[in-house]
Amino acid sequence: MADKITTSKEQSAASATEISGINRRGLKQRFAEYKRKPSSMILLILVWMSAFITVAAIGFLLIYVLIKGIPNLTPDLFRWEYNSENCSMLPALINTVFMTLLSLLIAGPIGIFAAIYLVEYARKGNKLVSVVRITAETLTGIPSIVYGLFGMLFFVTALKWKLSLLSGAFTLAIMVLPVIMRTTEEALLSVPNSYREGSFGLGAGKLRTVFRIVLPSAVPGILSGIILATGRIVGETAALIYTAGSMAVVAQNLFSSTRTLSVHMYLLSKEGYHTNQAYATAVVLLILVVLINFASDFIARKFAADTAQQ
Amino acid sequence: MQKFKEIVMYIVFLTAAFVSIAAVALICVFLFVNGIPAMKEIGFGKFLSGNVWQPSNHQYGILPFILGSIYVTAGALIVGVPIGLLTAVFLARFCPKPLYKVIKPFINLMAGIPSVVYGFFGMCVLVPLVRQLFGVNGNTMLTASVLLGMMILPTIISVAETSIRAVPDKYYQGALALGATHERSVFLTVVPAAKSGIMAGVILGVGRAIGETMAVIMVAGNQPRVPDGLLKGVRTMTANIVMEMGYAADLHREALIATGVVLFVFILIINLLFSILKRKTVA
Repeated sequence: MADKITTSKEQSAASATEISGINRRGLKQRFAEYKRKPSSMILLILVWMSAFITVAAIGFLLIYVLIKGIPNLTPDLFRWEYNSENCSMLPALINTVFMTLLSLLIAGPIGIFAAIYLVEYARKGNKLVSVVRITAETLTGIPSIVYGLFGMLFFVTALKWKLSLLSGAFTLAIMVLPVIMRTTEEALLSVPNSYREGSFGLGAGKLRTVFRIVLPSAVPGILSGIILATGRIVGETAALIYTAGSMAVVAQNLFSSTRTLSVHMYLLSKEGYHTNQAYATAVVLLILVVLINFASDFIARKFAADTAQQ
Repeated sequence: MQKFKEIVMYIVFLTAAFVSIAAVALICVFLFVNGIPAMKEIGFGKFLSGNVWQPSNHQYGILPFILGSIYVTAGALIVGVPIGLLTAVFLARFCPKPLYKVIKPFINLMAGIPSVVYGFFGMCVLVPLVRQLFGVNGNTMLTASVLLGMMILPTIISVAETSIRAVPDKYYQGALALGATHERSVFLTVVPAAKSGIMAGVILGVGRAIGETMAVIMVAGNQPRVPDGLLKGVRTMTANIVMEMGYAADLHREALIATGVVLFVFILIINLLFSILKRKTVA
């Protein structure tokens, strides 16, 4: 029976190549077709045009910002101290790194552990799992300004953490939690069950299996999720204005008010006096985002290739 | 000992799973507890349907901002949906493979660009452009709509592309076999079959547009009055919160939080629609 299926599959694969051979239409044939059905040609033109508009829009944005910004990347912008003369972005850049690390430190373990529970421990049809999924979906859809409001009400006011690095980091941690959870879940799910069975068969316990066998094979997937989260943290503004404040000095401790690079850029462009510096800041932000995107893509692709090999 | 460790870690994992539930609960509680009393004090009707916002005169009507958010979002959809959908069709069914490898990363990048950068781009390019074209102050509903339309493109494109690719190839082949052209097969059989997935993408785009804050503030003008034309300034709910939260106190501050509550309710409804559609796509 099994043999029959494979042979028929092979046959269909072979006939598919033949069909595509017959189906290849020459230019002349296509023109005749379009002449007969002008609506098809209009659709074709519309589709190509839309794709062109999309690519042109993003391309124009990138090129415009880069051309305007790169000449303004002066050493003054990377002075240790910020003042209204030099508009240095270095403190904001360093704060962005602090903010990112702190948020990931909070959201990373929680997101990964939650995903471990959902994939490795929860039984199928567990009510809790669907509730967690729904709440995670809800969190994904909440706009950043609502996170900002919540952070202001909860961390800044109710817990009395004031406008601080810590308040901002916790707010952002909640914001990126669903991202980390979902990507970790997917990564864990794609680890073949035979790994787990092998580990159990050798006498390892559940915990050992999770930490020694399953997690290491899911690392690239988890990493690409964390990088994705980094991108969101670096680009975030609305959630931080009323939770982390806007002091343009390097944060001294967890409770000092800070501004990250995105907030810095918003404040610069709002004032309207420092457009050139804002362009330069935009370039730095764009470079960061491009690097982050590239890294996430690269790791995800490598992960896909690895699982394909298995 | 080993058993003990297993149990402890099980509890740790379980607790972590509960964090997202707790977060949603906390967000709801804190927003509603802080927002609802203000709505009561102002009067629900007056708050939601009043069209005068003058905190200094204790007039708190947020209808202008609700309308502003809806108008700007609708504008963004008019700009973003046709282009986004057609681009998704292009990527899924028209794009030559080598070209796809170049375009796709750009569209992914588009989703990652921070909204301040979009806003700044709008401020420096779109605003002067609108000013020159129409001879008005460039901070208008039109500017905000175009910018938001651009910002929701990657969301719509990626969701729509995925759902178009998920349509079984048989549909397309069947249409071809009946003599339809490539374009007609795609648009009359494949795209309709991907309808609910495409709708889900559009709804996700609505969520992004209505919740967008920084980019809108930077280009929309932000006048607190009922918007009355494409070439007039507009203020959205999100903009209202960010603009005034810095100096607001007492009832004013609470009214801003209540604005956040209204926004939150909008988002919850949109989320609900999205998950219903998504379930429909899967089934």
